[in-house]
Formats: sequence, C-alpha cells, structure tokens
Amino acid sequence: MSVLVYVEQAEGKFKKSVFEAVSYAKAIADQQSTNLTAISIGDVTDSELKELGKYGASKVLNVSTDQLKTFVNQAYASVIAAAAEKEGADIVVLSNSFSGKGLAPRIAVKLKAGLADGAVELPSTDGKFSVKKTAFSGKAFAITELTSANKVIALNPNAFGVKENATDAAIEAFTADVKQSDLGTVIKEIVRATDKVSLPDAELVVSAGRGLKGPENWGMIEELAALLGAATACSKPVSDADWRPHSEHVGQTGIAISPNLYIAIGISGAIQHLAGVSSSKVIVVINKDPEAPFFKVADYGIVGDAFEVVPKLIEALKAHKA
Amino acid sequence: MKILVCISNVPDTTTKITFTNDNTEFNTSGVQYIVNPYDEIALSRAIELTEGGKGTVTVINVGEAGNDPTIRKALAIGADDAVRVNAAPRDAYFVAKQIAEYAKDKDFNIILTGRESIDYNGNQVAAMVGEFLDIPSVSIIKKLDVDGDTATIEREIEGGKEVLTVSGKFIASCAEGVAEPKIPNMRGIMSARTKPLAVVDAVAIEEVTKVTKYETPAPRGTVKLIPADQTEQLISLLHSEAKVI
Repeated sequence: MSVLVYVEQAEGKFKKSVFEAVSYAKAIADQQSTNLTAISIGDVTDSELKELGKYGASKVLNVSTDQLKTFVNQAYASVIAAAAEKEGADIVVLSNSFSGKGLAPRIAVKLKAGLADGAVELPSTDGKFSVKKTAFSGKAFAITELTSANKVIALNPNAFGVKENATDAAIEAFTADVKQSDLGTVIKEIVRATDKVSLPDAELVVSAGRGLKGPENWGMIEELAALLGAATACSKPVSDADWRPHSEHVGQTGIAISPNLYIAIGISGAIQHLAGVSSSKVIVVINKDPEAPFFKVADYGIVGDAFEVVPKLIEALKAHKA
Repeated sequence: MKILVCISNVPDTTTKITFTNDNTEFNTSGVQYIVNPYDEIALSRAIELTEGGKGTVTVINVGEAGNDPTIRKALAIGADDAVRVNAAPRDAYFVAKQIAEYAKDKDFNIILTGRESIDYNGNQVAAMVGEFLDIPSVSIIKKLDVDGDTATIEREIEGGKEVLTVSGKFIASCAEGVAEPKIPNMRGIMSARTKPLAVVDAVAIEEVTKVTKYETPAPRGTVKLIPADQTEQLISLLHSEAKVI
C-alpha cells in the first residue's frame, strides 16, 4: 500500500499546483503511514524532479520517451495506472487541472477506483475514506465516500496550500507499455499566453462585469491585475457579448475558482456568478449600486463608480509597492 | 455521421441549494430541472455537424421516468431520437458504464458530453466512457471541426490552448465556445412529442463512491465598507488584515 501522485509538467517545469498536489498526497501518505511516490511524464531535468522531495515525495518515477513528449490523455492514463500497480499504490492523487480532469476518470476506470474530483480537504480518518468535494458549483460540498479498494483524488487548486516536508527523493526511470491505440490524439500546436497568469490556479483574480460598459475599458482592469500579479476574469454577460474570451468567464457555467483574493468590479453578483467564486478566501466588491447582492458575500466593499475607484486603487497599489 | 450526445438532468442554475434528512439528501422540492447547460452546447454542435442530411443525433440520459421532460427538450432542440437508461444515476462511474454499454455496438462516430454537470461538477463521464470503450477522449474542448474521419479540436490548457487532431471514433466534453446553445422553436417542440424515446435497462456495476452527507459553505461575515476616496485603506487592509497581497 502506498500513495502515488502524478506531477504534471509544462515545458519541463512544475507549477505551484503540482507542489500543492504533492504536499496533499504526502499528508495522505502520513495519514496512511505509508510512502509517497511521484510519477512524472515527459522531459524534466533531474534537478527539477528533485524539487518534489521538498514536499515529501521519497521516490520519483520518471517516464521520458519520444511517444510521450506531449500530453496524450489515454497514454498518460495507461502509464500512471501501470505505475500505481507496480508501486502497489491504492491511492492516486493528481491536480484537478485541465489535464487532470481528463486523466483522473480514465485512471479511475483502469483501477476500478472511486474518484473524488474537486477535493478541498484531506480524507476523513474515521474509518471510512471520505473526501469533501465541491458540488453545485460551490453552493455546497458533497462528502463522498470512496468505497472501492483503489481510490483516485483530484485536488482543487489553492484548496490545501503548499507545505514543505523535506525528503530525499530517489529518481528512478520507469517504462510502461503504451499501445498504439493509446496514441489516438495528436497535438498539432500549443499556444501559451506566457505573460498571463492562468485563471484556474491563480491566487489572485481581478474580475469585471457589465459595469465596465465596454471592452475598450478593460485597460485599467488589466493594469490592476498586472500590478497584483493576478489573473483577469469576467462575468457571463461580458463573455456572451464577446468583450472578453469565454476562457475568462467565471461562475456556475464558466470556471469555478477559489483564489486567495477575488476582486469583483462592476459585477452585481447573480446567483450563478456567486456559485463559481464564493469559495474565494477573500472577496472585494467594487460596485456603484449599494444594493448589489455581491456585497452580501464580500469581505471588503467600496460603493462607487468603477471608473473613479479603479484608477485610485491602481495609484494606491503603486504607492504601497513603492 | 452518427453522433451520441449524453445529457444530464440538473437543477436550474437559479436554484437555491438545500438538503433534507439531516443533510443527507438534496431537497428536490420546488426545483425546476433543465438540460445541463454544457450538454446543450454539445447537443447544439452535434446538430450543426449533422445539418443538411449529414448524419443523425441521438441523445442519451441515465435516469428515471421523471427525466423525460428534459429529454423531450433535447429532442425539441433538434436531436433525432433519444434513449433513457432506466436507473437513478448513482455516480459518474455508474453513468459512464451505462452509456458505454449502450454505445459499444451502435457504431457512433462521435460521442459528446458537456464539460461538467452543474450539480456534482464532475468532469468524469466523458473520459470514463472513453476508457470503458477504449477510444480517445478529449476533455474541456473549446472548438470542434470534423472533416471526413478526422476531427480538429481546440482544448483549453492552463494559460493557453492546445490544438489537436483525432481520427476515428472519439468522445469529447464540450465547454463554452463549441457552439451557441440553440433555442427550440415551435416546430421543434411539436415534433419532439412524436420522436422516438427508447427506454433500456441498466447493467449491474459495482459501487465505487457514495455521497454520505452534504454541507453548505459557512456564511461569511458582514462586509467591511471602505469610502470610495480611501482606496489606500483597502490596500492596507488586504495587506495587513487579510494578508493576501
């Protein structure tokens, strides 16, 4: 019995959400009095792999073949399931990232395992293996018992935090059979907007709505976000009107997020929007309507016109940073 | 081209979520049910891809008879026929197995789902069906074009996008951008009443998860209002009190 964590790399590097998944998996391994093994697929240097030891991985399996240089859902799931079997791991942890969301269900079927995706806490230790996960787009949590022998957990970004737990990680090459039929999808192009913070795992998010009146007014939102090192987001009417891309739409029918700080500007706070952002740790609302429902769930609020408040906020932030 | 679209019956997005029986059951009282909004996007794209006699669209739902109005709505939007696997949907593993069992000998070229259901927020069904059927699955797609036997798909990734191709059968879960949801017209609503809705039995499968309890988020404290001309006070509070910047 052991715990296996899949560590997703992007261009040879691990992101904070990966270290968070390793920290979480290590805490589960400690709960179960067992060891934590990580599995990395793709080209990653040994020094980067060693970083995983800082967060508690005592062994790192490294798979690096030409076939698996880029992400192929089916093939990666085969490799991770094979690693779980080889290691005797009955718990597999991964980040609930875009790739994780495609991988975890395939791994679960391969291992005949129950899957808790969107996990926000460590499993219970009361004899049943239950995981608290988001449901109803953040309007509730479902305590989900994994009744199968094998278990898969996909951890929501920012739910657990990164916790150092220094261990000396032994790196081992690992190979697994990949069938030709596992390589059915072929990546043609990857386009990364390298200057932008990714929304799902952003710690800080600046979001704006119809109160901004038009796409030409987003400059100040982007400036504020850049100063904070935050990702930008928007409400549904804004993406529906094509003022901003759909990939920025947060809420019940967009991306559900849980950053440490969510600043909502000119968004009234419809129930569907609140559903996707209410698990943010701190919420700041800027709106000229004092009756806007968003103020009921905000920690801090400013009643005022975005066009007057946001430039002042930018100035205040610049002064603070100076 | 034969396309299968998996649809889920979910509470309307404006539903206030409450629970009964010591927070062990979802309170369905007064709840309006709808086609899962992401599934509508998948269905709309399937209809676009088959328009003009280029194929057929079947919708499948795993659920009990109470789901039939939702299935008829999908038929009114434009699906050609429908199947309901007659069972309460226990979890994604159960649902995916039922869909895979139905689809395995039906020769569908493409299977589509929504990126997630808005009730349990699982992103599980598409990839699980893919695994049960041993076909490629692509999760959370933003764009889908089909040319002969090859589909070109855009998928969202952290901080960007990925363009990929897949040949032969596959399943994909659709997000916003894939298509604009279609609104049923009167003709669609009328014809939906007579379109075929088959009911099939579920297959047995082992239980792997069960929800034992629900919780609602802890209520937040009252908002601390800051005068509009004192933005520096907000920055100071975010730094020293909330410790988030």
